[in-house]
Amino acid sequence: MAAVRPSDHTNQVTVTDEIAEFSPEVMDEIRSHLEKYPPDRSRSALIPLLFVIQRERGYVDNAGVNFLAKFLNLEVTDVWETATFYTMFNMHRVGRHHIQICKTLSCKIMGEPDITDHICTKLGIKPGETTEDGKFTVSLVECLGSCGTAPMMQIGFDYHEDLTIDKVDKILSECE
Amino acid sequence: MEIKAIGCEPLQLKRVLVEDGHTLKVYRDMGGYTSLKKALAMSPADIIEEVKKSSLRGRGGAGFPTGMKWSFVPKDSPKPKYVVCNADESEPGTFKDRYLLERDPHALIEGMVIAGWALGAATGYIYYRGEYRYLIDIMDAALAEAREAGVLGRNILGSGFDMDIFTHTGAGAYICGEETALLSSLEGFRGHPRMKPPFPALEGLYACPTVVNNVETLTAIPEIIELGAETWRDLGTEKSGGTKLWSVSGHVKKPGVYELPLGYADMEKFIMEDCGGMLRDDRKLKAVIPGGSSVYIMNTSQILGKNVTMDYEGLVAAGSMVGSGGFMVMDESVDVVESTRNLTEFYKHESCGWCTPCREGTDWLLKIFNRIAAGGGRPEDAQVLLDLCDNMEGRSHCPLADAAAWPIQSAIQRFPEDFKKWLWKKVEGAEDKGLSVNA
Repeated sequence: MAAVRPSDHTNQVTVTDEIAEFSPEVMDEIRSHLEKYPPDRSRSALIPLLFVIQRERGYVDNAGVNFLAKFLNLEVTDVWETATFYTMFNMHRVGRHHIQICKTLSCKIMGEPDITDHICTKLGIKPGETTEDGKFTVSLVECLGSCGTAPMMQIGFDYHEDLTIDKVDKILSECE
Repeated sequence: MEIKAIGCEPLQLKRVLVEDGHTLKVYRDMGGYTSLKKALAMSPADIIEEVKKSSLRGRGGAGFPTGMKWSFVPKDSPKPKYVVCNADESEPGTFKDRYLLERDPHALIEGMVIAGWALGAATGYIYYRGEYRYLIDIMDAALAEAREAGVLGRNILGSGFDMDIFTHTGAGAYICGEETALLSSLEGFRGHPRMKPPFPALEGLYACPTVVNNVETLTAIPEIIELGAETWRDLGTEKSGGTKLWSVSGHVKKPGVYELPLGYADMEKFIMEDCGGMLRDDRKLKAVIPGGSSVYIMNTSQILGKNVTMDYEGLVAAGSMVGSGGFMVMDESVDVVESTRNLTEFYKHESCGWCTPCREGTDWLLKIFNRIAAGGGRPEDAQVLLDLCDNMEGRSHCPLADAAAWPIQSAIQRFPEDFKKWLWKKVEGAEDKGLSVNA
């Protein structure tokens, strides 16, 4: 059961020369990341900045990558090379709420399969898919460091632990 | 979930257990930053000596003596030096650092500044796994407090020593917990491990001398300076000094983070009493993975009545390792073939692909496990799996290939009945034969 992950980059990306533009506030945030590293080591800011691109653009898109390449004085392929390595970067659009269910051993033996079945049945999608209204994407992910409070899932950046079916229903009903 | 010290006063958990332990005020009220003051009055060489004497061993998994690691950093290098904290906690079964980072960030800052003073480093980075975003916000607030209070930044506590610390995020890659892969990632590249030597102590971040230490290792430093190396060491055993955090998960009544003195006896008591015993009283203990998913899985004959001491030497003698202290308990409802398949899926996903034996090996291991799980097990599969493991172990730049092989090797050896059940499925009358494995 190899679940498709939104980070899979096997889908062809349409390459264009478009360069993303950001508001002055976001540009300030982007520049602030560079302050952490020596001036000649700005590539260090690449991963934190890819998160900014993902937040602003919905996913790591071609125009966002072009922007980073220009901003950090890198080749476009340098940026893709790094971005495609990391599971948390999505290469295509995901739902407004990205449900990531931990499926590694401790969660698995503490009830993850029931939680996954319940969520997928409720939303009518399989792991790796997005609901038609674009509200939810469900992914199965590897250990998120919450084994003592298994089973667990992360929605966006929020941890939800000690899950039960009732708790999951409540959490999902609170997603807008 | 329990957070508790057993067999010792809470040291690492001291502030984790109190309200607002993450604030500078509470940290200071509980004696925080006095070790830094003491350390700044000591010579860097004396601090390294003190850490060596403490027998502190790296808490991330490898257990390398911390003082020795520090002593490899050249004193006369003209290059800038770096202290990097490995907060990429992603070993399955491990979640202790999360609580230290959430509730005691100043202990890490203090430990890193002391390390910076000892090593001559003016910059520190804390590399968080990307999923721990909320912890970065907590640390950024603590770093701002520390700068404001003069325990970080320019002229720390009037000593003339300057150091700053920054948070950095990963983006979902287990391999970045390996120190050289972490450094590649911190430089903005794919998380590929590097060839060693040169070791990071000589050429680490930006090819400069660098020490990479786990969160729990660095938060132990202020305690060592405060109590003195001998006193701290004697909390544990001679070779395994101090206390250690264990992340307990799985089928016990009270999972949680437990602080135990190293050398705690014994593992059976720990599971059956301290952790509340088995989650369901009608199910017996079947297996324990004591140090995170990468170590050997243990069966009950290695634990029950064996008085296993929980320290580096004791666990090796018992047939496993301390690792990261990710203590996973499984009852008899768990099928070890399925649990090992689950971990193999993890290693297959997390192999960075740099070294062929690991990239291809994990892929083939998973293919075989998936075929077995689909009911297509063959009697010779156990030997095929072992052969594959043999071709991976020790044949890659980093220990991920070993980490993928060890759970499988130990599972086949220690749970032959589970494998037999799957591998003989299609062979009539084969149950009576032994497992087909070359000695």
